[in-house]
Amino acid sequence: MNGWNEKKSVAVIEETFKAGASLTGALRALVDTFGYVDEAAMTPLMKTFARSRAEVLGVISYYEDFRQSPPGRHVIRLCQAEACQAVGGRELTRHAQEKTGLALHETSPDGALTLEPVYCLGLCANGPAALIDGQPVAQLNAAALDTKLTGFEE
Amino acid sequence: MSTRIFIPADMLAIALGADDIAAAIADEAKKRGETITIIRNGSRGLCWAEPLVEVQIENTRMAYGNINKGDVSSLFDAGFLTGGVHEKSLGPTEDIAFLKSQTRFIFNTCGLYEPSDVDAYMAHGGFTGLRAALDKTPVQIVDEVQTSGLRGRGGAGFPAAIKWRTVLGATGPQKYIVCNADEGDSGTFSDRLIMEGDPLRLIEGMTIAGLATGATVGVIYLRSEYPIAKTVLETAITRAHAAGWLGADIQGSGKGFDLKVFVGGGSYVCGEETALLESLEGRRGIVRAKPPLPALEGLFGKPSVINNVITLCAVPDILARGGAWHGALGVGRSTGTMPFQLAGDVKYGGLVEAPFGLSLRDLVENYGGGTRSGLGIKTIQIGGPLGAYLPPSTFDTPIDYETLAAIGAGVGHGGIVVYNENTDMREQARYAFKFCAIESCGKCTPCRIGSVRGAEALAEQVPDMQLIEDLCEVMVDGSACAMGGMTPIPVQSAIKHFPNEFAARQRTAAE
Ligand SMILES: Cc1cc2nc3c(=O)[nH]c(=O)nc-3n(C[C@H](O)[C@H](O)[C@H](O)COP(=O)(O)O)c2cc1C
Ligand code: SF4
Ligand code: FES
Repeated sequence: MNGWNEKKSVAVIEETFKAGASLTGALRALVDTFGYVDEAAMTPLMKTFARSRAEVLGVISYYEDFRQSPPGRHVIRLCQAEACQAVGGRELTRHAQEKTGLALHETSPDGALTLEPVYCLGLCANGPAALIDGQPVAQLNAAALDTKLTGFEE
Repeated sequence: MSTRIFIPADMLAIALGADDIAAAIADEAKKRGETITIIRNGSRGLCWAEPLVEVQIENTRMAYGNINKGDVSSLFDAGFLTGGVHEKSLGPTEDIAFLKSQTRFIFNTCGLYEPSDVDAYMAHGGFTGLRAALDKTPVQIVDEVQTSGLRGRGGAGFPAAIKWRTVLGATGPQKYIVCNADEGDSGTFSDRLIMEGDPLRLIEGMTIAGLATGATVGVIYLRSEYPIAKTVLETAITRAHAAGWLGADIQGSGKGFDLKVFVGGGSYVCGEETALLESLEGRRGIVRAKPPLPALEGLFGKPSVINNVITLCAVPDILARGGAWHGALGVGRSTGTMPFQLAGDVKYGGLVEAPFGLSLRDLVENYGGGTRSGLGIKTIQIGGPLGAYLPPSTFDTPIDYETLAAIGAGVGHGGIVVYNENTDMREQARYAFKFCAIESCGKCTPCRIGSVRGAEALAEQVPDMQLIEDLCEVMVDGSACAMGGMTPIPVQSAIKHFPNEFAARQRTAAE
C-alpha cells in the first residue's frame, strides 16, 4: 500500500459497485487497497451509492476497520479479548505500550508504527495472539514482540 | 513412491511458523535426495500440538507435534519419512487420546486433505448429503432436519428446521441463505477451523439449505479477522463450480445455487443477525427491530435463512445419514454433537467435538488437562463474552442447553475459556461492561450508557454494588438484543461466585 491514488480509488469504487457490492463492500475494497479511506473518496462514494455525506461518514465511522487516516508503515494489532487475557494478554499490551510509547489506536508521529486492539483472532488456545503487519502470531511474549519491534527499525 | 507429508495451513499453524517449516522440510528433503509431497491440509483441531506434521505411511498417519524449524533435520535423522521415532512423536494421529475419544461428524474430515480438494472431499463421503437432497422435495429436506433436532450453533440454540420451514413457506422471487461467519466470541474458533480446513462442507450445507427453502443465492458474512478463511473459501467456491456442485444446474439436476463471501468491518455486534443484514446492505450495523423476522423479510427485504457456520456444516451428514441418526446423539432436546473449543490457560487447548451430555469437568480436566501455566483453575467462562463465569464447584454439570440454563449459563457457540487462580474477577466483570461499551450499536440507552457506567463503577476502590445490580437489571429489561441483555451474565456470575473480590480494596483496578 503506497499512498492514496485518486484515479485508482474511483476505479475501485466503480468496480465494486458494478460487481453488485454495497457501500460497506466498497469501503472494504478501499481499505484493502489503500489501508484507509481518504476524505477524497467522499464525493465519488456519495454519487455512486446515492447516499448523503452524513450517511457515508456514519458508515465509515461505525466500523473499526474503516480507518480515516493512513496507518503506520507497520501495524501491530494485539488481542484484548478474554482467552488472551487469561494467558497474560493484558500484561503484553501494557508492555507494548510502554516500549513504543503509543496508546492503542495511536500512530507514532514519524508514521512508523500503529498500535491497535483487536478482539479475538480465533487463536484462543494459543494466546496471546496478534496480527503483525497482517501476519498472525500466537504464543506471543514480550521478548518476541521486542524482537519484532527491533526488526522494524532496521 | 513419494512420501506424503501433511503440514496445516490454517491461521494458527501459520501463526506458529508452519510456512517456514514446510519450506525447511522441502529443502532438507532435496538435500537428502528424498522425494516427498507436501500437502497443506486444514487443522485436526489439536491446537496444543500445532504445528502438527503428519507423515502418511500406508494407511496410517504418524504425527509429530509442536514442530519448529530447528526440529527438521533431526526429524529426517530419526527417519520420520518411514515413521521413525523422534522426541516429538505422538504416534498414529488417530490413536491420540484427545482425538480418539471424540465423536466427530462435523469435523470428521477436517484436516485430512487439502481444504478445497473436491476429489478428496468426495473420497471421504463429501456431497453424499447434497446428492440425497437433490432427490428430495424441499418439504422432505426440512422434515429430515426437523427429525434431527438440530439447533443453531451460533449462540441462541434455535431449531434450524423452524427457520427453514418459515422461509420455505414464504413466497417471493428471491430468497437468500446467509451464513453467519462473524465468530466474534472470544474463545471460539470452530467456524475458523472448518472454513479453513473443510470449506466444501459449508458449501454443501448452504446448498442443501438453498434446496430446502427455494433460495438460490447464498452469502457468507465473514469477519475480517479471518483473512486466510476468505482465500480458502473463495478457492473452494471456484472449485465447486468447476466440478458442477455450484451454479445454475447442480450435477445436471436443473436446480441451482450460487454463493459468495462478504467480509465484515470489525464489529462484534454485526454477528447479531439483523445487524449483520444491515452491514451486508451497506449501512451501520445497527440491530433491527423484530418483527419482521429475517425469515420473512431478511436480506434486502427478502425471505432469508440466517445460520451459523457450524449449524450449516452439520446438515450434510443429517441428509446423508438421516435425521433420526442425528437425533439419537446427545441428550434430551440437545441433539447431535457440539464442537467445543478449549481456550485460555489450558494445557491441551483445541477443538473437542462430542455429543451433548458430557460434563464441564470432562472438557476442562480430561481433555484440557488443567492449566498451561500449571496453576490451579479458578473459573471458566463458557459461551463467549456474554457467557457466565463458573467456579470449579459447578464442573460436574452436564452440558446441554437446558441444564446449563438452569445454572445461569449457556452453551453459546461452545467456547470455554480457562482462567487460573491469579485471575482478578472484578477486572473480568469490568471488562464485560467495557466490551459492551465498545461494541454497543448504540440503539438502546441501557446498553450504550449502562455499560459505561458499570465499567466506571467497578473501577472504583469501593464499588457501589447496588448501582451495579441496578444497571444490570435495566440492561436486561431494556436492551433490544443480547449484547446489552446478556452482558449482565458475566458480571453477575462473577459477583455471585466470587463475592469477596467485589468488596473494598486498596489498589485501584488496573487498566
Ligand atoms: C451481540 C451478538 C453477537 C452475535 N454474534 C454471532 C456470531 O458471531 N456468529 C453467529 O453465528 N451468531 C451470532 N449471534 C447470534 C445470531 O444473532 C443468530 O442467532 C445466529 O446467527 C443464528 O444462527 P443459528 O441459528 O444457526 O445459530 C450473535 C448475537 C448477538 C446478540
Ligand atoms: S442491546 Fe446494545 S447492541 Fe443490542 S440493539 Fe441495544 S444498543 Fe444495540
Ligand atoms: S481471545 Fe485472543 S485470539 Fe481469541
